[in-house]
Amino acid sequence: MISLTDEQLAARLALDIPDGAYVNLGIGKPTHVSSYVPADREVLYHSENGIIGVGPTPVEGEEDPEMIDASKRLITVAPGAAFFEHADSFAIMRGGHIDIAVLGAYQVAENGDLANWATQDEKFPPAVGGAMDLVVGVPCIFVMMKHVNKDGSPKLLKRCSYPLTGLGVVNRVYTDLAVLDVTPDGFRLVELTDGNSLADVQAVTEARILPPS
Amino acid sequence: MDKRIATLEEAVAPIQDGASVMIGGFGNSGVPFGLIDALIAKRARNLTIISNNAGAGDFGLGLLLREGLVSKFICSYPRSRGSVWFEKAYAAGEIALEIIPQGTLAERIRAAGAGLGGFLTPTGFGTRLAEGKETRVIDGKGYVFELPLSADFALIRAERGDRWGNLSYHGTARNFNPVMATAARHSIAEVRELSETPLDPERVVSPGIFIDHVVEYGVRP
Repeated sequence: MISLTDEQLAARLALDIPDGAYVNLGIGKPTHVSSYVPADREVLYHSENGIIGVGPTPVEGEEDPEMIDASKRLITVAPGAAFFEHADSFAIMRGGHIDIAVLGAYQVAENGDLANWATQDEKFPPAVGGAMDLVVGVPCIFVMMKHVNKDGSPKLLKRCSYPLTGLGVVNRVYTDLAVLDVTPDGFRLVELTDGNSLADVQAVTEARILPPS
Repeated sequence: MDKRIATLEEAVAPIQDGASVMIGGFGNSGVPFGLIDALIAKRARNLTIISNNAGAGDFGLGLLLREGLVSKFICSYPRSRGSVWFEKAYAAGEIALEIIPQGTLAERIRAAGAGLGGFLTPTGFGTRLAEGKETRVIDGKGYVFELPLSADFALIRAERGDRWGNLSYHGTARNFNPVMATAARHSIAEVRELSETPLDPERVVSPGIFIDHVVEYGVRP
């Protein structure tokens, strides 16, 4: 099967970020999406630690340790940026003011349930951050992840087995193998990575994938 | 009115064993490193720390944990890269952990500072973090009842301050500092620059009424 690289996946997802959107990119791989949004679209990026208008990584010599994003990476400000404190930042997230959030995930279920904050491994402390606030407040939740785990086990399930982040919150899943919408009837195929067949992708997916409508 | 204190040591002197202490910051941004170092030097023990992250490396919150001064940590995200001292204490069962979704943490602190008895939030509804909590359905949407969260002390980091305790911030170093300043019985602000003249009221982010003491610490990490 044909598998997109992380960069290709970020580039594919970036095509679906419209001009004028307020967007929150989750920590880790989703932060790469902004590099691929077409330059003629003005998108303002929110970061939970108190900024709308996250700009590119600073050039050498211009780093400011008090200018970071939620991944703790050094950032600059984009035109139109604003700073605010945490209670306001989460009012922005919970209050429905952001248009799109892009998150990583351990598991997504066909009913839109998301598990992305804790596994069943008790050795490690759980860490939720702002994920639960984002999924209840942002109307459009895109998940960006590998289609299967490293051991080949499925991540797109009938029901999540890991602790949930939110119930019925995911709208669309972008994986290295395919793009799927979450509908009232379950996962529905939007597109396949070039070279893959629905049967191939279904074989590594626990939940049923409906053909494009 | 003059809330200035000459040294970090004097600023943290009232913090006793067993105190609950809110500490501003997100990652290494907006963290009152000078006050934390003074608190470590004071060796106050059995502390309950309320802060978004659990430190990284051998400085700041990481050092406070390494020195075994913390018995309970209340935070949203203790698993940042380099949070080794928290992870060791947690794995050894030496520290209690209360995980709170980040927006609920901020809002519980805000509720305490604003004199509210709690609030209903959709965050966490139906998840493990809402187990045992009151819930309510409003217009078909589930909400969790959350209580206010206050503390004995708040350690705040700001860019500039004046003798009235008014504070302004820099970049993303604002984060939890303004809300924490409202919710502690005694709030201590470390500022990079202590202004001889009053701050411009149009630029004040934390009004001085929330601050008890202000101390200069010129280092920007």
